[in-house]
Amino acid sequence: RLEQLRFAVLALGDSSYEKFCASGRELDARLETLGAVRLQPRLDCDLDFDAPASRWIEAVVDRLASERTDGVAPGSAPTGAEARGGSPVASAHTRKNPFPAPVLANERLTAAGSSKDVRHVELSIEGANFHYEPGDALGVLAFNREEDVEAVLATLPYSPQTEVLDETGAASTLREALARRQLRAPRTGAWLAECAPGLSGAGGLGANEWLARLRPLAPRLYSIASSQRRVADEVHLAVSVVEYHTAQGSRRGLVSGAIAASAAEATLPVYLHRNPGFRLPADPTAAVVMIGPGTGVAPFRAFLQEREALGASGRNWLFFGDRSFETDFLYQSEWIDWRKRGLLTRVDVAFSRDRGEKTYVQHRLAERGAELWSWLEEGASLYVCGDAERMAPDVHRTLVELIARHGRLDAEAAEEHLLELQRARRYQRDVY
Amino acid sequence: MDIERSADRSRPVAELHPNERLKDESRQLRGTIAQGLADPVTGAIRDPDTQLSKFFGIYQQDDRDLRDARRRARLEPRYQFMVRVRMPGGVCSTAQWLALDALARDTADGSLRLTTRQTFQFHGVRKRDLKRHVKAIAAAGLDTLGACGDVNRNVISAANPLRSPAHAAANELAQRIGAHLLPRTGAYREIFLEEDGVRPGDPVAGPDATGGEEEPFYGRTYLPRKFKIAIAVPPQNDVDVYAHDLGYVAIVERGHLAGYDVTVGGGMGMTHGATATFPRVADVVGFCRPEEALSVAEHTVAIQRDFGHRKDRAHARFKYTIEDRGLDWFRAELARRMGRPLDPARGFRFESTGDENGWREDSAGLWHYTLFVENGRVRDRPDQRLMSALRAVARVHGGSFALTTNQNLIIAGVAAGERGAIDALLHEHGVGERPGRSGLRLNSIACVALPTCGLAMAESERYLPTLLDRLEPLLAAASLTQAPITIRMSGCPNGCSRPYLAEIALVGKAPGRYNLYLGASARGDRMSALYRENLDEAAILQHLGSLLQRYASERIGDERFGDFTVRIGAVPAVERSRDFQHLRAT
Repeated sequence: RLEQLRFAVLALGDSSYEKFCASGRELDARLETLGAVRLQPRLDCDLDFDAPASRWIEAVVDRLASERTDGVAPGSAPTGAEARGGSPVASAHTRKNPFPAPVLANERLTAAGSSKDVRHVELSIEGANFHYEPGDALGVLAFNREEDVEAVLATLPYSPQTEVLDETGAASTLREALARRQLRAPRTGAWLAECAPGLSGAGGLGANEWLARLRPLAPRLYSIASSQRRVADEVHLAVSVVEYHTAQGSRRGLVSGAIAASAAEATLPVYLHRNPGFRLPADPTAAVVMIGPGTGVAPFRAFLQEREALGASGRNWLFFGDRSFETDFLYQSEWIDWRKRGLLTRVDVAFSRDRGEKTYVQHRLAERGAELWSWLEEGASLYVCGDAERMAPDVHRTLVELIARHGRLDAEAAEEHLLELQRARRYQRDVY
Repeated sequence: MDIERSADRSRPVAELHPNERLKDESRQLRGTIAQGLADPVTGAIRDPDTQLSKFFGIYQQDDRDLRDARRRARLEPRYQFMVRVRMPGGVCSTAQWLALDALARDTADGSLRLTTRQTFQFHGVRKRDLKRHVKAIAAAGLDTLGACGDVNRNVISAANPLRSPAHAAANELAQRIGAHLLPRTGAYREIFLEEDGVRPGDPVAGPDATGGEEEPFYGRTYLPRKFKIAIAVPPQNDVDVYAHDLGYVAIVERGHLAGYDVTVGGGMGMTHGATATFPRVADVVGFCRPEEALSVAEHTVAIQRDFGHRKDRAHARFKYTIEDRGLDWFRAELARRMGRPLDPARGFRFESTGDENGWREDSAGLWHYTLFVENGRVRDRPDQRLMSALRAVARVHGGSFALTTNQNLIIAGVAAGERGAIDALLHEHGVGERPGRSGLRLNSIACVALPTCGLAMAESERYLPTLLDRLEPLLAAASLTQAPITIRMSGCPNGCSRPYLAEIALVGKAPGRYNLYLGASARGDRMSALYRENLDEAAILQHLGSLLQRYASERIGDERFGDFTVRIGAVPAVERSRDFQHLRAT
């Protein structure tokens, strides 16, 4: 029973999913069942959460503040700026007001012959007043291709110049606003304007009303692959160019495609997305184990650049995996260089499409179980970054198994051990 | 005579070239090769080990076409290995051909390269496939030991042992010398064949423990550089005997092999602009009986082992040892070690260094087909499926294959009744005689160069055929299409294609730029001299075009082009090899 607990739930979700805000709803209901006291009604937010969420948060804080009798001002965080995700002097550039970052470099990391196109992108953030840490991500706003906007406009009875309100509530033309709305159905790629009920043929709606039925394009987040101690006013990213095949043919991802196509002088609309749950240990002598297949390796480049700049003496162990050694070993020459210079203590790799059986990072983890266990016993922190769907659960399961085996624990105790590490912030994950 | 010994193996290793120390401390070439092979993070082995692996015929390379793009992509170079087979005398069975053909397609770049020294070379082998590749070669009854490195290399002999009893004897001698001078380290079997229950990387209990067993002949520092041995059977000089450190020229008297005239001190290779380096034509030093030939080899190599220069690798070949100390010194030292001097040379006559293409019958009634393989590269192309053709031939052929030192292939020992079947198979795959092919092309050799050779300054194998395409109209215009003229291209002055003994030589200086050398003898007994430096294609065509025109109209009888260019004074005759870099056309 949790009668002593007071709570409020802000649920973040995506209404294109059937179980919209399901976790939030369930949590809210469960806490109520257990007798906890609800401070404020639950709010379910869709992709466009900034405004409603801010208002909700303000309301909760005000509610709490009005109950305090010790005169501490509302909004002051007990454990520093980190908890609120802001820095002492916050940037003016946010999701609503992204910074147009010039593209300094856009280079292929995957060699010719690879089945993938991954880019190393360098952006200038000079003047943006961004202060990021290894583990943080960069949000990049998505914009529709001009030809797609024109194609939809052609089917509408409205003039492209029609004044409308965009998703931030600012005045805009219909054409400009359409650039930031989802125009195609997610899985089929079919035009929503033609197939979605309530959208096709405009149905006598005014432009604003019709526009409001279209969901805004979600920004894409990319783990930052650099440390500001090394690159100062730059942000580096490793971007995998999404390519998908629909009945209408193959298309590239909106953001990754735009990044891939960006030439010199192009800018990308970006903002900083803090990730306080994915940080290097504060202790520079602590050992670090990084598991980052594919583009999941990006933040670990930031980790190592940071540790190098700080002269951190802690040992570092990288597990990387991808399809083919010759073409997909992202940042290979940098890992080799760091290994040669001793910053990277160990590198283990798995390439699934090279000769022989498919091997993945989890196979390497299992093979190195004994040594990994001793690193953990000596206080190492574990980091996993990359694919949430298959890799992360497989890696998690492998970790449990090796902890059980080398720590001589049963499965349940091994799970508990991992949970402890998580609580101690020694098992952190950035999976997507 | 006081022998100067400040830079040879009598000195402490620390005073010599760093490679000497590397060899000395390598535990008979083991180094850390095994560990490097097991490292999956890089496609390379460790730097010092790349010198040691050469002794096992394994040469680390990278695809130079991809270097820039990979560097920009933050990827290491695309490392890959050249693997060269040891095959003294150059003969393999059809079963071996089929095994190597399959291997080329499995773990190499899909082609077989016949070399200028009568053996096979694979390119594009990845590190993770190396052991598997070498084991497959072993399974075919061959090996790669001593194919590169500071040791005696593949011993070559006049192509096709079936051609005559002297050819058979030469082939057999090549095999005996090759076996006798093999490195005796357990490293090859341990590391690459993983045999005898010895796991790679097992620590060896210090050099003293193994020193008594391994390398009783070579010692821990092996030779100062490579050593090449060739056996010629006149009147063919296909092996280019004067290009070799040690040569044997078969002396046949009244139908039986009396013995060999011995030649020493030949060697291609020089550095542009470093005038202390030069290619050298070997000297005839005497005659030995067949039963003495092995002893001559052993003692000659031992002399080079003991006295060769080990400080400056550009001065370490046997030719410089001979130049520095003199031929008389060598004769005396050899006599001292053999217990008696060599007999006076008996003399011989060579006709040419080229191969004779097409069918020929031997005295036993068997037939042999010398197939021109452009640049030795056996691979399928749309217009000529050479690799498939030879695979098909290997499946039905009742004889053997003999590789030539002109990078060609002899289908040897064909019964008269089978000729038709072989011809048909070749024809079916677009392989065979091409009337338009010039005598120039049929006598061409190019080294591999780009994209795999790390030393190449210019294209060679990938370019010579194109240049020949452009020369052939000039030849036709001068009615010289049939004329045999030797032409050799090298991507760098190391001269792996033996350019300085070709009538026309093009030696790479920079991308698209070559030095043109003329005037060598078609018999391979006189070197060329520099005609013009740093030419691009247009200039090459212009110079050769006008000289060929003159040749067509002014030649005397069947005078060879090389002799002609000397006679008309286009280039001086090179009398002393050491003047090579100083001589040039006026």
